[in-house]
Amino acid sequence: MWFPRLASDRVLRARPSDAPFVIAARTGSTELIHCLNPAAEQAGLHRGMRMADARSFCPDLLSQPADLPRDTRFLRGLRRWAERFCPWVGFEGTDGLVLDITGSAHLWGGEAALLADMRARLARANIDVRLGAAGTRGAAWALAHFAPQDTAEDGLLALPVAALRLAPEIVTGLQRLGLRSIGDLTASPRAPLARRFGPDLLLRLDQALGAQPEPVTPEAEPPQFSTRLTFPEPIGLEADVMAATERLLAPLCAKLAAQDMGARRLCLTLRRVDQASQQVELRLAAAMREPTRILPLFQRGVAEVDAGFGIDQIRLEAVQTEPLPVQQIGPQVASPDRLADLITRIGTRIGLENIQRFLPADSHIPERSFLIAPAAFSEAQGGFHAPRPRPIRLFPPEPIHASGAQPPARFRWRRMTLTTARATGPERITPEWWLPDDNWRSGLRDYWKIDTREGRRLWLFYTPQNPGWFVQGEFA
Amino acid sequence: MSSQLPPFFPLRAGRVHEVCGPASTGFSAIAAAVAGGRALWVQEAWLADMLTPAGMMPLLDPAKLLLARTQNQTDSLAVAEEALKDGSLSLVVLEVTRPLDLREGRRLQLAARAGGTTGLCLIPEGMGSNAAETRWRATPIFDPAQGDSTLMRWEIIKNKSGTIGAWHVHWDAQTHRLHVVPPVGERPGSAGTPE
Repeated sequence: MWFPRLASDRVLRARPSDAPFVIAARTGSTELIHCLNPAAEQAGLHRGMRMADARSFCPDLLSQPADLPRDTRFLRGLRRWAERFCPWVGFEGTDGLVLDITGSAHLWGGEAALLADMRARLARANIDVRLGAAGTRGAAWALAHFAPQDTAEDGLLALPVAALRLAPEIVTGLQRLGLRSIGDLTASPRAPLARRFGPDLLLRLDQALGAQPEPVTPEAEPPQFSTRLTFPEPIGLEADVMAATERLLAPLCAKLAAQDMGARRLCLTLRRVDQASQQVELRLAAAMREPTRILPLFQRGVAEVDAGFGIDQIRLEAVQTEPLPVQQIGPQVASPDRLADLITRIGTRIGLENIQRFLPADSHIPERSFLIAPAAFSEAQGGFHAPRPRPIRLFPPEPIHASGAQPPARFRWRRMTLTTARATGPERITPEWWLPDDNWRSGLRDYWKIDTREGRRLWLFYTPQNPGWFVQGEFA
Repeated sequence: MSSQLPPFFPLRAGRVHEVCGPASTGFSAIAAAVAGGRALWVQEAWLADMLTPAGMMPLLDPAKLLLARTQNQTDSLAVAEEALKDGSLSLVVLEVTRPLDLREGRRLQLAARAGGTTGLCLIPEGMGSNAAETRWRATPIFDPAQGDSTLMRWEIIKNKSGTIGAWHVHWDAQTHRLHVVPPVGERPGSAGTPE
């Protein structure tokens, strides 16, 4: 199966138009035509033409930039569809499929009927296709690309040598020798050809004629972690939805277990009778695949769903999965699991990133001497260090009235009059010039630990470059 | 220096307690360290105050602490209730910004009983809830003897199952133990004490 206009067919399926239409691909600084529809071909355009030339040929030309990833996805979709004809379907380049129909053609009433069925279905879908059926993969490729429709397999010998999937310079070389068709090539002696053009030519020839095997490798379908359930009668009770979810979870978790995967994010889509659909998203703090543990976590999301006139289809999909190899279980492993469940449950309410833990960081700046990371995406680490006592609570610096480089004997802070009983310091911390920080605009800071006679133990700093005293923290 | 703990401390498990006063952060950290295991600290996200692991280190291993930042107090209460009920943590600290009503206090109490977890509410002065098991006031005390001291006065101002009282305590960072110390000489907090 060759799709000569894959890219333009993909776009034109979404927006049918009979006007000339091209897909332009940018290579370097020029835009070239990547794919074009028959109307554009009739206007005299061809593949590989410059877009500027094409626009002068055809002023009302419609164009769109090429999108190769979407083309690939489109071809992958076609591949899945083609599995209806036979189970062995592989890709052939970027714009073709190869099907091994041995043993399945009779199910469709023979090869001719199979090809006719394919052609009819693709024509209905507005996809241009060229089909070739032959005993070998090479011959089928040649027929699809170079032969007019419905050429029998023995027409192969009349095809040009380019139909053998050869490099362009070999084709030119063969044409210079006067070997224009495959028939000419088979009639000529092999040894001089191999000497002149290398082993590739004979390999391709043998593959087309069947002397060398060339298997079709079917693509493995990526595992789909989703299940769905349709009800004969709409349901609306929370308990019913939970029961249905439970029924969906079991096969989904079995699928995950078979692939050694665990779900990290699950999405439950509830389709209502009036075609509206609601989604319940569940983000898990750790990858898991036990239905009994996941099900209670859905409780809160399902309770919030508005069932309307009833729900008649539900679909459960593991949107994000992670490898979760089987682990030996022991008494110690149980505790982090329970904690992960708790984090998930809390995370569905306040957001998973709002549950955090401290991680050590390498900085002298008090605000940057630690990191706060979401607990679900980090591991607990040790290695905190404080060369000097640090306050247990930091707040944004609060100015106090004082002057001079020595800590004040008495000061007012938060409407309290405090008397300094002991001052420990100064500890000078310079700003990190490589990281711009507005809070450190005032320059150096001399930190003092002030034990007040009233009891409060405060962390004060003085900025010598921009005189002023501030309270920034409180010790335990 | 005697080494026994003050009565009613460690806090009774499966109950929710309250603490107020300027040293309530230190009190909570010590309570978490004495309780062992993991602790969850629930704080509203708009509060500018920041806990620091470096300051907590003499009292409590920062790796054992989880933080939850919530949008409002309703979320805080929901998170605390869920965490108390679960029972996989040993202490849940909740920073309260408006007074709890009886229903909220009672729900927390029931959740703590269900999970066997200790709850501790950090309350501003005078915002206590009637449902609390004990209410403490923690104030730092100036210690003339030692520079890096954590001398504090802990006072039980409400106790459902016992008497009230006050103790001077000191946390030993080396041995990770709490000591009750007698108030030496004149009460250090009183005005005009000579050095």
